Amino acid sequence: MLSRTADHLFWMSRYTERAENTARMLDVNYQMSLMPQSDKAVEASWRALLDLFELTNDYLSHHDVITPSLVMAYMVQSTKNPSSIICCLQSARENARAVRGTMTTDLWESINTTWLEAQKKIKQGTLNVAPTDFFEWVKFRSHQSRGVHIGTMLRDEVYYFIGLGLYLERADNMARLLDVKFVAANEYEGDLLTDVDEFYYWAAILRSASAFENYRKVYRDAIKPKRVAELMILSLSNPRSLVSSVSNVVSVLNRIKNAQSGAIEHDAHSLLSQLRDLTIDEIFEQGIHEFLTDYLYRINRLSGSISQHFLLPLVEVDEK
Amino acid sequence: MVTSTETVAFDEMVNNATESVAHAINQPGGVRRHYEIIANWLKEQQDSALRARHDEAELLFRRVGITFAVYGNDDGTERTIPFDILPRIFTAKEWQHIQAGVQQRVRALNMFLHDVYHDQRIIQDKIVPAEQILNNAQYRPQMQGVNVKNDIYAHIAGIDIVRATHGAEAGECFVLEDNLRVPSGVSYMIENRKMMMRLFPDLIAKHRVRPVEHYPSLLLNTLHQASPQHDAYVNVVVLTPGMYNSAYFEHAFLAQQMGVELVEGSDLVVKDDTVFMRTTQGLRKVDVIYRRVDDDYLDPEAFKSDSTLGPAGLLRAYQAGNVTICNAIGTGVADDKSIYPYVPDMIRYYLSEEPILANVPTFLCRRPKELDYVLTNIHKLVVKEVHGAGGYGMLIGPAASQSEIESFKARVRANPNNYIAQPTLSLSTCPTLVESGIAPRHIDLRPFVLSGKEVRLVAGGLTRVALTEGSLVVNSSQGGGTKDTWVIG
Repeated sequence: MLSRTADHLFWMSRYTERAENTARMLDVNYQMSLMPQSDKAVEASWRALLDLFELTNDYLSHHDVITPSLVMAYMVQSTKNPSSIICCLQSARENARAVRGTMTTDLWESINTTWLEAQKKIKQGTLNVAPTDFFEWVKFRSHQSRGVHIGTMLRDEVYYFIGLGLYLERADNMARLLDVKFVAANEYEGDLLTDVDEFYYWAAILRSASAFENYRKVYRDAIKPKRVAELMILSLSNPRSLVSSVSNVVSVLNRIKNAQSGAIEHDAHSLLSQLRDLTIDEIFEQGIHEFLTDYLYRINRLSGSISQHFLLPLVEVDEK
Repeated sequence: MVTSTETVAFDEMVNNATESVAHAINQPGGVRRHYEIIANWLKEQQDSALRARHDEAELLFRRVGITFAVYGNDDGTERTIPFDILPRIFTAKEWQHIQAGVQQRVRALNMFLHDVYHDQRIIQDKIVPAEQILNNAQYRPQMQGVNVKNDIYAHIAGIDIVRATHGAEAGECFVLEDNLRVPSGVSYMIENRKMMMRLFPDLIAKHRVRPVEHYPSLLLNTLHQASPQHDAYVNVVVLTPGMYNSAYFEHAFLAQQMGVELVEGSDLVVKDDTVFMRTTQGLRKVDVIYRRVDDDYLDPEAFKSDSTLGPAGLLRAYQAGNVTICNAIGTGVADDKSIYPYVPDMIRYYLSEEPILANVPTFLCRRPKELDYVLTNIHKLVVKEVHGAGGYGMLIGPAASQSEIESFKARVRANPNNYIAQPTLSLSTCPTLVESGIAPRHIDLRPFVLSGKEVRLVAGGLTRVALTEGSLVVNSSQGGGTKDTWVIG
C-alpha cells in the first residue's frame, strides 16, 4: 500500500477515536457538574479537562472565564480549536475522502454521514438543549464506524492501519483521562469527598469508559479508586484498558511489519510485557501520575517511529 | 436557431416539435415510440412524487459523496452535480449509428496522432497545414519519434455529440468536440445508472436497458493491453492531482472500481528511467499510468518546473519504454478546436471511409474570409477559444449583450488564430424536472471510447443537460446537470 494512503487511514482512524473519547470525557465532566458542589470545584474540574488536552492556555486566549458551557462549546464546535469534536470529525472525513477508494462504500458513507450530520446538529443547537444526547450520538457514530470497519473491510493492510490508528489513539486518550482524574482526586482528598461523592466520582469515570457494568461484574464490590485503576490499566479483559490497547497495537504491528520495523515491534513488545508484569500495588507505590507520564512518553515515541517507518515516505533504498 | 420558449417541446421525445408535451402525450402516435415508456409512466406520476424522488436522489448523491469542486467558488467547495431523474433514451438502431461513428472517428484520430509524431504524411499530403500542427501549443516535440504500445495515443476518448432538431438536418447527430486529453464524467454515467436502478427498478428491468456498469472492467483491460511488459502482474495506477481537483471523486471511483492504486505525484519516484511508487513495504515498479493530470504538470524536469503533480523523470522513463502513460503525452494536438474541422478529412485520408458522423460547420477565424463572416454575423454564432474547455472563454452570440459582443470582437480581431465559430445549433431538448414542473432542456451526449487492440464502448454515455431555460451550456462548471442515458431494445 502507498505510504501516503497508510498515513491517511491511520489519521482518519485516530481522529474518529479522538472525537469519541473527547465526547466521553466531556460527558463525564458535564454529568459531574450537575451534582451539588461549589463553583470553585466546578471550575477546577473543567480546568482539569482543558489541562488534559493541553489546551488551557489556548482556551484562555479566547475566553476570560472557565464555565461549563463555554468549555463545552470550545471543545465541541469551535473551529478555532483543532482538537474540538467538529474539527476531529472533519479531519477524519478529509483523511477518509483522500483515500475513499481504499475502503468499502459502507465505511466511507458512515464517516461522511457523521460529518454531515454533526454540522447539522451543531447548527440546530443540539449541544445547548441536550449535551448528553450529543455526546451519546458522537459515541454511537464512532461505534458504527468501528462496526463497519470490522464487519465489512477486507483483512489487508488498509484494515490494519485503521486498527493501528485506533488503538494508539485509545492507548493515549485513556491514559490522559486516568491521569487527570487521579491527579484531581488527590487534590480533593481530605477536602470534600464523602463516600457518596466518591461513588459518583469514580462511577462517572467508569461510565465514561463504558466500564461501569464491567467493574460490577469483575469485582462485585464497592467502587474503589485502586480497582478502577486496575480495571482501566491492567485488565486484559477490559477492551478499553491500556494493556488491551497496547496488546492490539502489538498484534497489528506484527501484521504490517516491513524490513525496517524491528525496533518498533521491540519497543511495543517491551511496553506490553511491562504492563503484563506489573501489579496495581506496584503502580501505586511508584505513583500513578509518574507511571502514566512515563507510559504516555513511550506511546508518543512509538507513534513517532510508526510515522517515520511506515507513513512518511520511506528512506529511498536501491532495490530492483 | 435557439429553440424559443413559446414552441415548448421535447424534440427528443415527440414527433412534432411544436406541440406541447401534454398534448403529445395524450395523442396516440404523438410520442416517439421509445419514449412512450416515459410518457406512460409520467402520466401516472404525481408532481409531488416526482419531486420526492428528485430530492431523494440529491440526498443519496450527497451521502455517497459524489461531489465536484467548483473553481473560484469559496462558499461551499463541494457541490453535487444536479441529477435529473428523467432519462434520455436511444433505440438500438440510433445507438448502432452513433457507436459506429465514434469508433471510426477515434480510430482515425489515433492514426493522426501516430502520423504527427512520426512521418507527418498528412502534412506532406497537404491535408492539414503544417503550422496548424507544429505551432500548436498542444504539440509536444518530445514525443517526436517515440513509439507507443500498439500505436495507441488516446486510450480513452470522450466524443461530444449533439442532435439537431430543425431544418434539413433534423434528427441527425453531429460531433461537437473530441476530448482526447483527460476526458471526465464517466463516473456519473455509472452512478446515474445506479441511482436510476435504486429509484425506478421496475422501469429499468421492464425495458431491458443495456448495462453500462462494466465500463471499469473494460477500462482496466484496455490499460493492461497498454503495458510495456508481459509479466503475469501488470501494475496499473491512476494518477490524480489530488483531492482538491474538481474531478477527484471520479479518479478515486475509477481506481477503486478497477482495484488499482490511486496515486499523487509525490507517491511516485523515477530511478534508472523506471517509475516506482512508495509503499509501506518499500518501492514498487509501475507499468501503466492512467493519468488525470495535464501534460504540462506531468514531469517538472520536462514541462512546468514548479509542478509537484508528477514525478521528475517521468518523460525519460516513458521515452525509454519502461512505462505507458494513458492517454499519451501530446494527444491535445488532435482535440484542439482548430484541428477539429479537419477530422472528417482525416477519416477519409487514413481509413478511406466517409465519416459516419458529421462535424458541426465551423469557421476558422485564422482564415481572413471566415474571420470577416464571423465578425459580421457574430450575434448568430457561438465563438470559442481554440484551447478553451469547460465552457469558459466562449461567447454565445444570441444570448450576449451588445457590449459583450463588442469586447469579444476586439479579442477575436487581436488574435484571430485563437478563435473558431459555429452556428448556434438547435440542440435537441429532453423533458427535465425543474422548479416549475417538467420542461424542455437542451442536452448533449458524451460516450467514452476505449482504444486498445480493438475500439470499444459501453452502450450509453454521459447525457449533460443545460438546466437554465434556453441555455445551451451543459458544462457542470456552468450550471449543467446530468441524466441517465438508456439504450433499449
